[in-house]
Amino acid sequence: MTTARAPLIRAEGLYYSYVGGTPEPVPALRGIDLRIHPGEYVAVVGANGSGKSTLLRHFNALLQPDAGNVWVHEWNTREAVHLRSIRSSVGMVFQVPDAQIVASTVEEDVAFGPENLGIEPEALQVRVREALDAVGLTGYEERASHALSAGQKQRLAIAAALAMHPRCILFDEATSVLDPQGRLQLLNTMQALCSQGLAVVTVTHDMTEAARAHRVVVLHNGEIAMQGDPRSVFAQENHLLALGLETPAPTHIAHRLAGRLPFSSQIPVTVEELADEVAGQLKLHGQIPQSNPMQPGGAYP
Amino acid sequence: MSQPDTLISVQDLAHTYLRGTPFEVPSLRGVSLTVAAGRTVGLVGPTGSGKSTLLQHLNGLLRPQEGTVHVLGDSLTDPSINIRDIRQRVGLVFQNPEDQLFEPYAGDDVAFGPRALGLERDQVRERVRQAMEAVGLSFDLKDRLTSQLSQGERRRLALAGVLALEPQILVLDEPTAGLDPLGRRSLLDFLSSWASDAKRAIVLATHNMEDIALLSDDVYVLVAGKIVLSGPARTVLQNADVLLQSSLSLPVSVELSRQLRRRGLPVSTDSLTMDEATRQIEVLLRGDS
Repeated sequence: MTTARAPLIRAEGLYYSYVGGTPEPVPALRGIDLRIHPGEYVAVVGANGSGKSTLLRHFNALLQPDAGNVWVHEWNTREAVHLRSIRSSVGMVFQVPDAQIVASTVEEDVAFGPENLGIEPEALQVRVREALDAVGLTGYEERASHALSAGQKQRLAIAAALAMHPRCILFDEATSVLDPQGRLQLLNTMQALCSQGLAVVTVTHDMTEAARAHRVVVLHNGEIAMQGDPRSVFAQENHLLALGLETPAPTHIAHRLAGRLPFSSQIPVTVEELADEVAGQLKLHGQIPQSNPMQPGGAYP
Repeated sequence: MSQPDTLISVQDLAHTYLRGTPFEVPSLRGVSLTVAAGRTVGLVGPTGSGKSTLLQHLNGLLRPQEGTVHVLGDSLTDPSINIRDIRQRVGLVFQNPEDQLFEPYAGDDVAFGPRALGLERDQVRERVRQAMEAVGLSFDLKDRLTSQLSQGERRRLALAGVLALEPQILVLDEPTAGLDPLGRRSLLDFLSSWASDAKRAIVLATHNMEDIALLSDDVYVLVAGKIVLSGPARTVLQNADVLLQSSLSLPVSVELSRQLRRRGLPVSTDSLTMDEATRQIEVLLRGDS
């Protein structure tokens, strides 16, 4: 980021080890420096055990560093006096939606957090209405929260976080249990939140999902091994493979075609980009007409 | 009733949770499915479509309320069948099976089944060794605390515990969900080599269309307790209309073929895997399609 804007979350020299259950402490984070800015969409990827979830849990003070510091705004996460402000500012959505639903109806669940902040009933109603609207659950107010689908439960969890008027939402593998439709809706919601100025930090194993982010941070053994915009990270396929990771499928195909497909600008990370690249190459060599009439979508045998 | 090589035959199976109460929830509404020896059968469907309920019928965890389930020649509606024998021959691997490891030491968890079968110590040891090595875990890990293994290792350990019973059929619910790319690849490689024995069969439920495209011979699409589409994997996975209407997605390679065609390129068939997609583009670039 080249902006001079103040970071929303700042981790400096962050070390953390898990103690207990093993003879020696297990180091999980080893010297992380990272800044998250308002409106930024950051995907954190890495093999199992690389420290992704541990890092995320430092961003809303669920964990405190062994060494180094994490600040949310100017609040140091070590200082208990800031805990309430930090937790309202930085919401978290977990992998299993049932684990984070606290009330029996949708409306009560969303109201629970702000109610505990002592928000007045009228303002509370506004918050609930706006939060449900933001995740597309308007009209579900009276529904039993346990009877929602998994994807709806994830969106309910986001609404509950939004009602706290946060500046950032953390997603810990929140899409992994959803079916393709639920997953797409959740990803669209994340993108919408960013465009409204919230920071979104998502931990995922799915590189196609990571490709949608502004920035990909690759963790390996508790350290940042690579980071940058998705294209620049996914361009280094061999490095990712060495870290036990992979590139999105279209990028992988593009790498395998390297040499035969001189990528005009940058390596493709989506199916559309790869298809454009192939079509552009063929048009260049006159193998298909320059102005091929596009068929309308879906008109195939 | 069935061909000699039919291992599982499900006919008109219906299941309603809390049946007979005001809270009843219909889950399966007349499902028929056949699993032949040597085949890997993929079961896809959105969350709540009844996939897990169907799987639990395949080793007798649930008995048919309506319809029939035949497994390895036995009818699961027959109360006199040996259900322990069925459960040994049909290994069911639940979603997140690593959450169900219960022994402190890795080897003991794998040994639990063989010991329960009353096998001799040496036989148990041999089963544990074979099962662990089959899933790519070194036999030395048997003396490790399960809590010290990584998530991917623990998932493979749970699978080894099922394999140690030497099942003929493996039934898996979302086997790769939550695994990192390396863990996923090694599990898929294992399943595909395990299934290459023509006497065996795999039933795999997932909403990961890439896993389905890589492993399945036949695919069933389950929506709201009904099979809305079934057939050879290639036929089913190219049926974009049904898949998209069913809240599913297309495998990336199928989507790529469609996008190429949309751009006017001569792509006659949809590719099913990344290898096929790569070859398809190579052919286009050579211009000899």
